[in-house]
Amino acid sequence: MSLSNEQVGHLARLARIALSDAEIDATRVKLDGIFALIEQMQAVDTTGVEPMSHAQELPTRLREDTVIETDQREAFQRIAPQTESGLYLVPKVIE
Amino acid sequence: MSRTDWEVVIGLEIHAQLNTASKIFSGASTAFGAEPNRQASAVDIALPGTLPVLNRGAVERAMRFGLAIGAHVAEKSVFARKNYFYPDLPKGYQISQMDLPVVQGGEITIRVGDAAGGENQAYDKSVRLTRAHLEEDAGKSLHEDFHGMTGIDLNRAGTPLLEIVSEPDMRSSAEAVAYARAVHALVRWIDICDGNMQEGSFRCDANVSVRKQGATALGTRREIKNLNSFRFLQQAIDYEVQWQIDTLEDGGRIEQATVLFDPDSGETRMMRSKEDAHDYRYFPDPDLLPLMISAAWKARVQAALPELPGAMKARFMDEYGLSAYDAITLTATKEVADYFQTVVSAAGAAQAKICANWVMGDLAARLNKAELEIAASPVSATQLAGLVARITDNTISNAIGKKVFEALWRGEGGADANAADAIIDAQGLRQVTDSGAIEALIDEVLAANPKSVEEFRSGKEKAFNALVGQVMKASKGKASPGQVNALLRKKLEA
Repeated sequence: MSLSNEQVGHLARLARIALSDAEIDATRVKLDGIFALIEQMQAVDTTGVEPMSHAQELPTRLREDTVIETDQREAFQRIAPQTESGLYLVPKVIE
Repeated sequence: MSRTDWEVVIGLEIHAQLNTASKIFSGASTAFGAEPNRQASAVDIALPGTLPVLNRGAVERAMRFGLAIGAHVAEKSVFARKNYFYPDLPKGYQISQMDLPVVQGGEITIRVGDAAGGENQAYDKSVRLTRAHLEEDAGKSLHEDFHGMTGIDLNRAGTPLLEIVSEPDMRSSAEAVAYARAVHALVRWIDICDGNMQEGSFRCDANVSVRKQGATALGTRREIKNLNSFRFLQQAIDYEVQWQIDTLEDGGRIEQATVLFDPDSGETRMMRSKEDAHDYRYFPDPDLLPLMISAAWKARVQAALPELPGAMKARFMDEYGLSAYDAITLTATKEVADYFQTVVSAAGAAQAKICANWVMGDLAARLNKAELEIAASPVSATQLAGLVARITDNTISNAIGKKVFEALWRGEGGADANAADAIIDAQGLRQVTDSGAIEALIDEVLAANPKSVEEFRSGKEKAFNALVGQVMKASKGKASPGQVNALLRKKLEA
């Protein structure tokens, strides 16, 4: 499988990554290489093997339902570009 | 062509906020109403290097739901990243479940229409569920003017949600509302969600399409987002269905889209078309290993489930001899069922029918008038039981009982279970059963109403009732009606 430049451009937009035309070309070549590797792996017969969702075959850890976090708003907001009335301010978004 | 040529197909996605103390992947509080960002931990605001750790309480609530609807609770389920960019989603993805959700299948029986019968005859219907999966809520964007910027509050980010997805089994807005109400009652019944729709703890999305009667393929659907009341759910679906039918009958086509309902205009309007549809690029979240649920854990959660509405309804009919209508009404919500059970256990199972009548009759009417939920009833269940006991042991008549009930409602008689007794004593409402005293009253009434006596003797039975009424009035309603009847007849026929 190989990608078109349009597909790479679409993926870049979805990921909010700005790519120049030259970068799109370079990225496409790299992605094609990755797809080639995937194709190689997909050639392996995995009939009867249950797909894994994680490389480690372990169950997830669970925590008890208790509140352990304290309010650290001031510390967190010290590194935010802009805050007001306890809110983080971001460029206006209306969908 | 008319409305009846079309079949409506509806499926619902319900987001129920799980009532855990802490968030699904962090130890921050989920309490409602805190100052902005006071309950947003490093995980919730997605600081680099933080990792999610799953909340056992959220998992158990999802399990309770799955077991309550007879679904498959998966031994293994997987969390996935749903990728999209929005400032109130600081990670750039929502942790959700895609291919392997924790709850799979199941069904819920709904009752549609008026249970009391009549024109709008009620019927039962089973709605199948596709799945229910765990996910985290996003934060809130405040679009008020902050110098042309948007304010972000991340307190809600990471709050656990159970997204409950139905099959497209509903065929009218009435069925959709009945289903949403049944899910709402159930999540509260099994205590996994507070059901507070104003605070957004229970929100519905409706997938609506129409097709010609008899068609097997589904029509193109439009999804109505974020309906936060049952009334809006009904209005939005009704408007959308009519819009789709009108569009098709005018020769138009339905394009797949996401729409919003505007309660002010009562209309739905396009939010985004299929072309703008999000491409979420789901993939398993590498930060989280699979959720494994053992048979032993499942058995423990199953054992801790309360008696479910269906089973309780059957028991009310079986044990208390209540009608199906009574049993359904009394198990409509956990609060009503709990109240009724408390009344019956105090008054005795033999009095279940009269208890049911009080709860569904005078109490329900009074609560309705005052716009109160039963949990906020000024008359407690044990107080009502105390009143029922005085009626059934003939201390007071049913008519006086209504007077005592009103006094209880006003808070007279104190807060104790014996408040009814206090009111009866204080107001001297005890039923007069002393034959001598009743006979004395009858003599007075007969002497004062010679005309009625005359009429009765000339064969007018109506005159008898008038005389009974006079005696009851003379006793201020306290004379035992049965005794008045018997003694009066004896005297007149002597």
